Amino acid sequence: MIIRRPPDIPSSEITPESVYVDRRKFIQAAAAGAAGLAVNPSALAGLQAPTAQSQEIPPRFANMRSEIDEALNSYEAVTTYNNFYEFGTAKEDPARNSGDFNPRPWKVTIGGECNKPGEYDLDDLMSGITMEDRVYRLRCVEAWSMVIPWYGFQLSSLINRVEPTGNANFLMFKTIVRPEEMPGQRQAILNWPYVEGLRMDEAMHPLTILATGVYGMDLPNQNGAPLRLVVPWKYGFKGVKSIVSIDFVERMPLNTWQRQNSVEYGFYANVNPNVSHPRWSQARERRLPSLFKNHPTTMFNGYAEQVQHLYAGMDLERWK
Amino acid sequence: MNTKATVLLVKVVLWVSALAPGAWLVRGLVLSDLGPNPIEELTHWTGMTALVLLLVTLSVSPFRRLTGWNPVIKIRRPLGLFAYFYAVVHFSIWFAFDMVFNLTWMLEDIAERKYITVGMAAFLVLTPLAVTSTRGWIRRLGRRWTSLHKGAYLAAGLGVVHYYWLVKADTRLPLLLAFCLLVLLIARLPALSGRGGRSKNAPKAERKSSETDAPVTA
Repeated sequence: MIIRRPPDIPSSEITPESVYVDRRKFIQAAAAGAAGLAVNPSALAGLQAPTAQSQEIPPRFANMRSEIDEALNSYEAVTTYNNFYEFGTAKEDPARNSGDFNPRPWKVTIGGECNKPGEYDLDDLMSGITMEDRVYRLRCVEAWSMVIPWYGFQLSSLINRVEPTGNANFLMFKTIVRPEEMPGQRQAILNWPYVEGLRMDEAMHPLTILATGVYGMDLPNQNGAPLRLVVPWKYGFKGVKSIVSIDFVERMPLNTWQRQNSVEYGFYANVNPNVSHPRWSQARERRLPSLFKNHPTTMFNGYAEQVQHLYAGMDLERWK
Repeated sequence: MNTKATVLLVKVVLWVSALAPGAWLVRGLVLSDLGPNPIEELTHWTGMTALVLLLVTLSVSPFRRLTGWNPVIKIRRPLGLFAYFYAVVHFSIWFAFDMVFNLTWMLEDIAERKYITVGMAAFLVLTPLAVTSTRGWIRRLGRRWTSLHKGAYLAAGLGVVHYYWLVKADTRLPLLLAFCLLVLLIARLPALSGRGGRSKNAPKAERKSSETDAPVTA
């Protein structure tokens, strides 16, 4: 596993290079989280596995304590509580109902305004691409949030590989449609397939990644296996899961939630404490596992320094 | 089985089933078994239970008319009070954990978020009903008690709207509850409730005896 730090992302936003970790220790820590102890760096001193071999804090977490002042959510929390309506509308549904889903083999169709369109095998698509860990805050539009260690690669590296043309202003992503494996798709709760989009400069931004894993392990089905989008400064619903096609398009695509309810959801969906969801304030969030909704939401989910230039001069109330 | 024993049995069933959701939530709390966001679970299920119990409460009178089994009216008050109990817990969780005991935030939300507005209205409508559910208040209010307690329908309506407005896309359950409420309201139509049509010719005494919503003091 090669971990590379992109040049313009401050160290506080990603996992430092020095924290290479072997999987066994990682899984141990995850299991400790699963046992009900949130993986809180400050509490790690008391989080020793009861074996003689593991007398030291896994280096990855030890370093996070200094580099990221926010606790990771446990592997269990990350993988049992999320929205993925293809498997049902309750938060526990994805974990419960995604057992029949087959994420391999997997092909991604890349089309539209690019010089190398085609149906790519996921493994071919990723060959030679630098994989890395990225620890990001995830802010759901429903006003809860987590801190998640993703594993994946910069979307920009894939984009460069397929050579978009000058007409490619936006990217449009689609989730696979497999009602036989995705029970939520048997009802027309949303208009399947799930569609999301990014403006080209958003897609090229070094913070934007396609994730294939979480906590150093392959993505479980419920989290969008085998390939999902992660855009940390936007609300979670922008993170389209189980991506089966990526199209370069000229016009802004109509994403699923905007299509569902354009009064409440827009295309950009940038985290913004000053623009309320019509039904609830976005000024505060419940940073799980906290019980209280008292964590102040920050502009662009705390990534303003890196991304606000993308929206210079835009009315963020209008382009919500 | 005689009536007394049946009523006792019905009451036992009522208490057990009305306390079961609460017991299940307390169990989940104690065992940390409510998932990564327990407050969401608690809020959802206390609200759901309050609403369902309120609808069950409203179905007691139509059930009595339909079956002619009058003793069932004895469970209406405890059912209504259980509904209110869950509504109090539901509100308290929201105030404590979502509003973090901040009155300003609470008032802002009540004013600005329409699903909160109607939810709060439902709670406020229910409160005097719970307070006046005692024998003393029934006596003091007389016939006005019956009018006041029709507010339970209003509260149920507001509760259903509250639920419908808060879901993001999956409106199946709120619509199902709305349908149940609609059926209950239709059952109240004079023609169906046994009070319409003949009321013009019916002697006063008979009309009074057919007043199915007379307060229950038992």
